[in-house]
Amino acid sequence: MKYLCLIYDDEKQWQKFPKDVQDKYMAEYMAFGDSIKKSGQYVGANQLQPSHTATIVRSRNGKVSTTDGPFVETKEQLGGYYLIEAKDLNDAIQVASRIPSARSGSIEVRPIVERNQA
Amino acid sequence: MQEDIAAQVRDRVDAIYRSDSRRVLATLIRLLGDFDLAEEALHDAFATAVEQWAEKGIPANPRAWLISTGRFKAVDRLRKAARFESADGAALDRLEATEMPEQEEEGVEDDRLRLIFTCCHPALSPDAQIALTLREVCGLTTEEVAHAFLTPPPTLAQRIVRAKGKIRDARIPYEIPSRSDLAARLDSVLHVIYLVFNEGYLASSGASLTRADLSVEAIRLGRLLVELLPEPEAMGLLALMLLHEARRRSRTTPAGEMILLEDQDRSLWDRAQIEEGVELVEHALASHRFGPYTLQAAIAALHAEASSATATDWPQIVGLYDVLLRTDPSPVIELNRAAAIAMRDGPEAGLTLIDAILSRGDLADYHLAHAASADLCRRLGRVEDAISAYERALKLATQEPERRFIAQRLRDLR
Repeated sequence: MKYLCLIYDDEKQWQKFPKDVQDKYMAEYMAFGDSIKKSGQYVGANQLQPSHTATIVRSRNGKVSTTDGPFVETKEQLGGYYLIEAKDLNDAIQVASRIPSARSGSIEVRPIVERNQA
Repeated sequence: MQEDIAAQVRDRVDAIYRSDSRRVLATLIRLLGDFDLAEEALHDAFATAVEQWAEKGIPANPRAWLISTGRFKAVDRLRKAARFESADGAALDRLEATEMPEQEEEGVEDDRLRLIFTCCHPALSPDAQIALTLREVCGLTTEEVAHAFLTPPPTLAQRIVRAKGKIRDARIPYEIPSRSDLAARLDSVLHVIYLVFNEGYLASSGASLTRADLSVEAIRLGRLLVELLPEPEAMGLLALMLLHEARRRSRTTPAGEMILLEDQDRSLWDRAQIEEGVELVEHALASHRFGPYTLQAAIAALHAEASSATATDWPQIVGLYDVLLRTDPSPVIELNRAAAIAMRDGPEAGLTLIDAILSRGDLADYHLAHAASADLCRRLGRVEDAISAYERALKLATQEPERRFIAQRLRDLR
């Protein structure tokens, strides 16, 4: 079963880190990525540009509106994700707990809807 | 004659339902992989038992018969549903292909633990954990759980449906946690049992001071857990509940007014429960792997063994609170420690500590903190301070007997 692990962290804090701390963080991310590739649990992953680059698109009655955003004042922002293959939720939680940002921010684990393959 | 046999069989089925339906359910959930399907199968199996046992006699191993019948009925149901909905039959084929495992006792007991750990999975909300545990593990009806928690039944039913949906959709596994996860997962189970007990011991709101049924269920759960998984903290929690429960009859007047520990008639305390609790505490302490529940139980044991409030071993109680505060720091424990210090060193010493806690703002909304402060002021003869603290406590208290108690104290002072 597939789970999406959404990474929420304080991006302002991240930007304030000195270069060597950022490098150390990235190295940890690389090591984590390698470990789940080796275990066969890696399906996909991406880091996102900071939340100020986000755009909100809505279509209402055929009219598309585009706005800057999201302007939600939260302490943690979506910064990236891993798509993983896991046996069950406990297995997924185990993987998510090893994502480096689990220590500073939080990881939201969401099961992916599985369509029956006919 | 025929009716006699039918009545006898019904009595026997009822008795087996009471003693074994939760075990049968726990195993059916594992075999069928679905809570709702297992519950339907359970009811089908018992309904079939009433019909068939009257004719063919009661089987040698009723539990194994019920499990195998329940599974058969579930397969039947799935088959019928598959015909109408043309759903893919893969799951059904798998289910039919699995051999009925031998009914070993050990396996059955493991299923009960699987059920407990799944119902108390931390990925479910605490409210849902409690509702699901009471319903699936204890066998309470949705109405009974709703009534006990003063929740409208539809709200509670919704909560249970959602929890089962999450177990299914997020695939929360039906398993006993691995060694490395056990401590954390056990905490979550203990917390659920503790919350159920507390709700029964000191209802958070409403007209009556205790809701005994919930405490009884919590103790039953605690016993089950100790039987299945004799971990020190599970013993500590069971001991804590027994030691509190032992005092139940002395905690209120026949009219439902509350009586403080120091004024309780200690001859009303249940000696058998106290003995059992003390023995469990000693066992847990000897393991050297104990935690906050065992420490709280050790404090309760010292109270339970004392012949009066003044004869209580207050220095040792303060010592236990010191340890508790180090392992599980919380302002409520600080407050209780301050009350114990007041008993050991006098009200002045206790009041200084409580004032410090309150001035930090930690327990400003907690009625018992103001009530404790008021009581010490009263003992010191500081009537004005006592009155204003009792007034604050009265404003914050929500439970009727507590409110009446505080109001009485206010009348006595004025």
